[in-house]
Amino acid sequence: MLRLQPNGRQLLQQQQQTFPTVVSTIRKASSGGTLEYDSPKAYKLHMLEQGPSTHVSCNREEGLDFYKKMQVVRRMEASANNMYKSKLIRGFCHLYSGQEAVCVGMKAAMDKNDSLITAYRAHGWTFMMGVPVTGVLAELTGRKTGCAEGRGGSMHMYAPNFYGGNGIVGAQVPLGAGVAFAHKYRGESNVCVALYGDGAANQGQVFEAFNMAKLWSLPCIFVCENNGYGMGTSTQRASANPNFYTRCEYIPGIWVDGMDVLAVREATRFARDWCTSGKGPMIMEMATYRYFGHSMSDPGTSYRTREEIQDVRKSRDPITSFREKVVQANLATEEEFKNIDNEVKKIIEDAENHAQNDPELHVDELYSHVYSNPPPGFKIRGCDNFTYKEISK
Amino acid sequence: MKSVKDLVKAHGSIILLRRSLSLTPRALAEKTITIREAITQAMDEEITRDDRVFLMGEEVAQYDGAYKMSKGLWKKHGDKRIVDTPITEMGFAGIATGAAMAGLRPICEFMTFNFSMQAIDHVINSAAKTYYMSSGKVKVPIVFRGPNGAAAGVAAQHSQDYSTWYSQCPGLKVIAPYSAEDCRGLLKAAVRDDDPVVFLENELIYGQQFPISDEALSADFVLPIGKGKIEREGKHVTLASYSIGIKICLEAAKELEQNGIDCEVINLRTLRPLDEDIIKTSVKKTHHLVTVEFGWPQCSIGAEIIARICESDAFDYLDAPPIRVTGADVPLAYAKTLEQNSMPQVPNVLKSVKKVLNK
Repeated sequence: MLRLQPNGRQLLQQQQQTFPTVVSTIRKASSGGTLEYDSPKAYKLHMLEQGPSTHVSCNREEGLDFYKKMQVVRRMEASANNMYKSKLIRGFCHLYSGQEAVCVGMKAAMDKNDSLITAYRAHGWTFMMGVPVTGVLAELTGRKTGCAEGRGGSMHMYAPNFYGGNGIVGAQVPLGAGVAFAHKYRGESNVCVALYGDGAANQGQVFEAFNMAKLWSLPCIFVCENNGYGMGTSTQRASANPNFYTRCEYIPGIWVDGMDVLAVREATRFARDWCTSGKGPMIMEMATYRYFGHSMSDPGTSYRTREEIQDVRKSRDPITSFREKVVQANLATEEEFKNIDNEVKKIIEDAENHAQNDPELHVDELYSHVYSNPPPGFKIRGCDNFTYKEISK
Repeated sequence: MKSVKDLVKAHGSIILLRRSLSLTPRALAEKTITIREAITQAMDEEITRDDRVFLMGEEVAQYDGAYKMSKGLWKKHGDKRIVDTPITEMGFAGIATGAAMAGLRPICEFMTFNFSMQAIDHVINSAAKTYYMSSGKVKVPIVFRGPNGAAAGVAAQHSQDYSTWYSQCPGLKVIAPYSAEDCRGLLKAAVRDDDPVVFLENELIYGQQFPISDEALSADFVLPIGKGKIEREGKHVTLASYSIGIKICLEAAKELEQNGIDCEVINLRTLRPLDEDIIKTSVKKTHHLVTVEFGWPQCSIGAEIIARICESDAFDYLDAPPIRVTGADVPLAYAKTLEQNSMPQVPNVLKSVKKVLNK
């Protein structure tokens, strides 16, 4: 019988207390084509007089779109889980399941020219930043139809305005501040969203990035995806101050219920407005949860109980709870959702097909893309003195 | 002819005074610049030429640079192009790298490369590897520059030579210039290059004057990255070196000349990609090889050069085993005599050359 660490139970209780049921509010508020409700406990503010609106809404089209995207991410990660267990995916694989409302909600508030950078739990973000599911799954299986042709794998996927996928904990935060620096330098009215986990939140370079972002008023939204655990270490065991949105005494912060896609979107709109109006950076903490372990090599049950995981699935799942709200607001029927589920299933199956059957790069490609600009006659040495490849790209 | 006092007052530099007194009037007319001037000019020209280029680092703006390498640049180009940072190497190297990923062309200065160790994850994992990992989707056109290796009397933590560490990594270009012409041409090439470049300067020769041609002073003067230069032609022995090592090679060559030994001094200029062809061609001519560098002996650039020579057909042209001259295998002491004898000097080169030539 596994004993839940006191910290884990406290965390769960803490999170559960802040989420009252909103069902009754929905039926009353929603009318004629929108889902609307009040979520007064969706945010907590640090150094801010006013925060995002607690009254959130979406129309039918948005509702179905958000649902579908979250479902794609969920099913894509399930597929990755299966393929990893079948040994089609190697190395590290960090799954995003449970955190879908964060990537879908945030992207919905971002401008198409905004930039984003995250750490290694990146598959959901890769999809939201424009890479089709095939590009993600085939990258995981190392095929040339993967978004990095199989060279990067799980932790190194890229797309326009999406700077990965980064393997070194915390490194992506100053990099993200640098991308924001470039936006400001060029006079663009865009932001860079730089994500990090509760584990990375204690990295020194994160604070170095905060300092320079504030000094130079960089349009950077620093987002802590707090899923309660940095690998096997709960936030209480890793952070003297686990209120990540308050960690910088000179940058305002917002804690957000990361399981509510509309609250996430609303808060992101607020943060984006803040940063693009020259007020400098902002910090957000998304209170979320991951169902799987830290990575595929972690069952995820040695530091938390199965009950805790099941509790979150039952009471706070971002996808089912949103679907319920949409149905209750009479925006769509269960039948329509089933159809969407079938569409999503097809998308994933098609992508899986590619991921399992497409070829890998030719072995000679191991020598390419070392430099974007190799000197003329440049040769790369292979594994012995008789193996050299002349490179022109 | 001005009095000695006037000259000293005018130039404030004993080195220049010595040169002025020993040169003929015709030679005095030849243009010379210091390495410092070469680097400042190169940065100034590239910042003027391309809006995307900017300089970031500690004290680079209002202080004119800790070693005055960016003198006048902040006054001319302003806050946007010349950016002072707090003392947070990991943070600002990351910011500069992120800015490069997003399309700008930063010059990230490390006050010395000793402090780059705090940021080395960004140089290697964020900058060097990204183009490869992204299969060509993300370029990182950044230059990391600053003084490398020993200064004078700054002791162990401020004196390490990072040539070999950086030159080991695929994805980086690593430049170690010697002369003012090298610095001008190669720094301009580095800034214009789309790949991440580590540009290793040497503080001890920042103030040294070098002759410079009009061509080398022109705004579009660039030197090819990855190509060495024969600094001095010779036929008896090849001295392969870079950066401040060239100084003692040339001094040694001058002395050896009097003993009838003719040294060919190769200035590698770039450490990665290494110009092995220039070394092989020279070795095939001279049949003897001595490598010279100021860094530590284990896994040195010399070790790499010798390995490559031995693995190639140039091996068959050697008449003696190739040997190395390096810094002593110790952290650097402060006391003057200890420090001086921990770094290679002309006698080390003389001894080594005579040994390979069996003299």
